[in-house]
Amino acid sequence: MGKTIAEKLLSRAAGKELAAGEFALVKVDLCLLQDGTGPLAIRQYEKMGLAGVANPEGTVLFLDHAAPSPRKELSNDHILMRRFAEETGAVLSEVGDGVCHQVMSECYTRPWAVLVGADSHTCTGGALGAFATGMGSTDVAVAMGLGQTWMRVPETIRVEARGELRPWVTSKDVILHVIGRLGADGATYMALEYGGDAVRAMTLESRLVLSNMAVEAGAKAGLCAADAVTRGYLARHGREADFSEIAPDPDAAYADTLKVDCSALEPTVSKPHAVDNTATVDEVAGTKVDQVFLGSCTNGRLEDLELAARILRGRRRHPRTRLVVVPASRRVYLEAMASGALPALVEAGAAVVTPGCAACVGVHSGILGDGEVCVATTNRNFVGRMGNPEGLVYLASPAVAAAAAVAGEIVHPKEFLGA
Amino acid sequence: MALRGKAWKFGDGISTDHIAPGRYFHLRSNLPELAKHVLEDADPGFASKVKPGDFVVGGRNFGLGSSREHAPTIIKLAGVAAVIAESVARIFFRNAINVGLPVIVCPTGGIDSGDELELDLAGGVLRDLTKKTQMRFPPLPPVMRNVLADGGLVEHIKRHGGFKID
Repeated sequence: MGKTIAEKLLSRAAGKELAAGEFALVKVDLCLLQDGTGPLAIRQYEKMGLAGVANPEGTVLFLDHAAPSPRKELSNDHILMRRFAEETGAVLSEVGDGVCHQVMSECYTRPWAVLVGADSHTCTGGALGAFATGMGSTDVAVAMGLGQTWMRVPETIRVEARGELRPWVTSKDVILHVIGRLGADGATYMALEYGGDAVRAMTLESRLVLSNMAVEAGAKAGLCAADAVTRGYLARHGREADFSEIAPDPDAAYADTLKVDCSALEPTVSKPHAVDNTATVDEVAGTKVDQVFLGSCTNGRLEDLELAARILRGRRRHPRTRLVVVPASRRVYLEAMASGALPALVEAGAAVVTPGCAACVGVHSGILGDGEVCVATTNRNFVGRMGNPEGLVYLASPAVAAAAAVAGEIVHPKEFLGA
Repeated sequence: MALRGKAWKFGDGISTDHIAPGRYFHLRSNLPELAKHVLEDADPGFASKVKPGDFVVGGRNFGLGSSREHAPTIIKLAGVAAVIAESVARIFFRNAINVGLPVIVCPTGGIDSGDELELDLAGGVLRDLTKKTQMRFPPLPPVMRNVLADGGLVEHIKRHGGFKID
């Protein structure tokens, strides 16, 4: 019997052959903490009396959720994290460096690695062929200290995406469509494995969107094959030596296969207050929008800012609609300045915020007022997610978000991108 | 030994944002203060109403969302004896066991708020004493059973120096 990508990755990490459903101890190569979960992880780590960080150069502490800090309590959490990094030799990613998942993808995540992070969107790393999954603070504290964790090998749902996306349809629309079909618990305890010619044709940046949102269907991991596109991405980031191919076996056993005809997909949104509450953009067209949030570990990359700039260049944001732009990392920020995308967005009326999570997680930099509607390129629209339970969040692609910024309401982006 | 307490019923899809809202992010290093807001966005008065030994009863996909371990931690700090739900999101499940909060997966459609429940963890039986019904639930996998028996992951690691997975 052949193996899925998940079975292959965990078999190698455990040093023995594993199949779905089995439990094993696996070697952990990379650990991630952020400023919302890191302080608790550090306190738990200290309580356990562990003998040191097993792999300091692969343990990265991110100051991204509350960065720059808006409150003294969070400033003190940052002090704790800086001190821990200094004492253990772990890597510190400072205020302004970017969202953890983006920086991990640029600098650390590689095919075949096991990455555990105290952040649910750690599954983003699956786009690079790593077994990347989110866990709580104590689990990651143990993984930091012991260099291992326990895993149940997940069953896999194969997402077979075929056909060519239309110009105003992106990988965000693909994953929102998939989650709408699977439901928010449709892949609980399982892995999603993305393949098919549509995925093969995607940039690595677009694949990161698919993997990032696997957890929104309940999945433990969202995995892509590591191929020439992966190699190219690693090479662009000075890490071609990290490349190693990975693909599922042709006779791998899947729990289910979900076929997606990408050529027929329309821009898709998630309506408040659930990610699986999906609709096509036409079904919600005309909804008035108070704020557009363009950024996050889902859609704050260069290609996202460039797509938005294609719509906003030479236009202005609608007077009733604020436009908050958050490059996902310092690198993206610099690239978007150089490419002209960021200047175009600023000229169109954008407020640019420090690379990080900003308002996505409801801490700062764009909290919604009562009854306000936000179109966000983020990954969650739960009650209270953007800091106010009276706020209404629609998840969408950068194209839909940029079009909403111009129109002041939800519209089909082909209005601006040409048919 | 069976645990006895009152049910607090919630619906499907209770997220970690319902349990530990992001607007209290700055209280994450002050768990007793954060616990005053537990489940606030699902039931605003919950923290002041819940009594030690009570049960949180959910529907489908309880605890979906973020990896914040603060969510099960403050449910436990509020005195809740166990979370009972039809299905539970993966990270929340693992986190709850890691902080020593039992999680029971069984049908909950027949349970209402205020019902008196009796939970026999070792025997795998939940009784609704008000409705005079009982439900069986499957045991945890060995590694999670071991962690819970030790009182959580910190104690488990201190005791064994690593994971006991079988």
